[in-house]
Amino acid sequence: MGENSTLVNVVGLEKRFPVSAGVFGRLRGHIHAVDEISFEIPSGRSLGLVGESGCGKTTTGKLLARLLDPTDGHIYLNDEELGKIDLAEIRGQELKTFRRRVQIIFQDPYESLNPRRTIYDTVEEPLRVQGIGGMAEREARVVKLLELVGLTPASSFLFRFPHELSGGQRQRVAIARALVVNPVFVIADEPTSMLDVSIRIGVMQLMTELAERLNVSYLYITHDLAVARYMCQEIAVMYLGKIVEQGETEEMIRHPQHPYTRALFSAVPVPNPRRNRIAIEIKGGVPTPIDPPQRCRFYDRCLSGDDFCLNNDHPPLDDKGAGHRVACYKV
Amino acid sequence: MAEITKSQLSGLTEPIWRIRLRLLRRSFIENWRLFREYPIGMIGLGIIAVFGLMAVAHPILMEYVWEPRVYDPVIGYDISILAHPSQPSSTHILGTDPLGRDVLSQLLYGTRFGFSLGISAALVSVIVSTSIGALSAYYGGIVDVFFMRLADVVIMLPFIAILIVLSALIEFNGLSLALVYGILVGFGGQTIVIKSQALSIKVKPYIEAARAAGGSDGHIIFTHLIPNLMPLSFLYMMFTVTGAVFAEAALSFFGLLNIRMSWGIMINTAQAAGYLLAGPEYLHLMLPAGLAITMLCSSFYMVGRALDEVVNPRLRQR
Repeated sequence: MGENSTLVNVVGLEKRFPVSAGVFGRLRGHIHAVDEISFEIPSGRSLGLVGESGCGKTTTGKLLARLLDPTDGHIYLNDEELGKIDLAEIRGQELKTFRRRVQIIFQDPYESLNPRRTIYDTVEEPLRVQGIGGMAEREARVVKLLELVGLTPASSFLFRFPHELSGGQRQRVAIARALVVNPVFVIADEPTSMLDVSIRIGVMQLMTELAERLNVSYLYITHDLAVARYMCQEIAVMYLGKIVEQGETEEMIRHPQHPYTRALFSAVPVPNPRRNRIAIEIKGGVPTPIDPPQRCRFYDRCLSGDDFCLNNDHPPLDDKGAGHRVACYKV
Repeated sequence: MAEITKSQLSGLTEPIWRIRLRLLRRSFIENWRLFREYPIGMIGLGIIAVFGLMAVAHPILMEYVWEPRVYDPVIGYDISILAHPSQPSSTHILGTDPLGRDVLSQLLYGTRFGFSLGISAALVSVIVSTSIGALSAYYGGIVDVFFMRLADVVIMLPFIAILIVLSALIEFNGLSLALVYGILVGFGGQTIVIKSQALSIKVKPYIEAARAAGGSDGHIIFTHLIPNLMPLSFLYMMFTVTGAVFAEAALSFFGLLNIRMSWGIMINTAQAAGYLLAGPEYLHLMLPAGLAITMLCSSFYMVGRALDEVVNPRLRQR
């Protein structure tokens, strides 16, 4: 597969959760968790999905892993083995086969491993469920993966329980479990945010290294811009279920254009007390995602919004040159 | 994968089942160490051991020591004594009952019955409550509503009264009583407790990870949900034993069970012959059976209390 072929292509993906109220569960509206987002991930590259809590990052990740069913839209996976498939449509056996190609790593390594199962059981589970290989073959594969993620010698980890490992080691086990079936695409949902800062870089390095070695692309969900910069070639910024800006990592960090992105980036602390930081202001707090009004999602907090923004739909994600796409009328 | 041969498996010199056996043993030892710290559990276990010895002793005594014609718990009769019930003596350590049968023999025989009844009722209740609790937590919706409302109804029922009514319809023996009692308890309060635990397990990321790996509902329920419910189920088993032994005693006392001999029947015999309130000299007719029921019930309860602290880290002191 060439460097520039598209691996994942998301088109108009949407997820709404019904909200009911009162004794009789009357429908009160919908939470627009993910609202018609579209993006592409070229094979061999990683996309960082950045945004504050509740903006729909994790929901997007779960939709792509088909842990949630999308309300609308398509997720195309361009895969050597399976060809081009729309993940939003598949069911049953097809869905099970797809699980080999796309895996997910969770945020909390203390909760994502079953405390009653050994490391061997946990890492072997996807192989067993998928019916890959015989006993000896699976055993060899598990050992190999544990060694790949730096849990060496594997034999001293195989039959330990999660509570006997440290946070970083557990997350390595979770990574091994995700990679054991040879996926092409891995959704990493803040895999380092629960780890100590000192361990974080090791896990991140490991993930980058494995991505190159095994030719895996990540959708890296994070709220930490520094982590996204380190891990990803591209960054997409989400706000209230919408992608408001997307582009090459360095370009985004040097020239953020959307008012929200600029505010977000300016909030990153600089380790230099003498340097003057220009604080870019936004007003108010995140509005409710329940049936938002048909205008720019950011309007209520934007300082440069005017009547045009108020009276028109949410702006489209337009290319402002060199693949840098921004959803704002004022840019 | 091909370049890794069997010998390279990083020193896995043992077959996997042996490693698993060792892990099982280790976790058992660990839990035993925790359990040992609770005197209440050890006392309970001690009492259970004594009852166990009593249950084992009866067939041996009947075979080698006691004359079956005299000492059989149901049809034995000692013709050398003129008036029954007789007071405790060297030949009948706990005396004889109004029908001339040896009380000690009855007591030992009843132990075996009480034990097997309690354990089988507990097994039935745990199987029912764990599977129903896991299913209704996992699937939710209409399944959940149905079983939870059913549980509410079962909790409302007065057990002993229901068992008395049922005994008019079914001829209860030990096994059917264990079955009915186990089912009643299993569908009632236990299901609710197990289900609430299952709900908190259901939302753990490792369940989602199993689903992302392609695991079916059955796979998730049997390899992730139920194993994590087992400690709690086991704990409730202990408490069910107590209830079942008590229910048997109550039903036997009313004469509603079709069984040869039990502690409840011993008290019933004394009562039917009019010795229940006859004075302290006839205490040996009721006291051994009554005490045995109390002790067996409380011993399982005590073990349950101690286990509760072992499986529930939040309750652990320190």
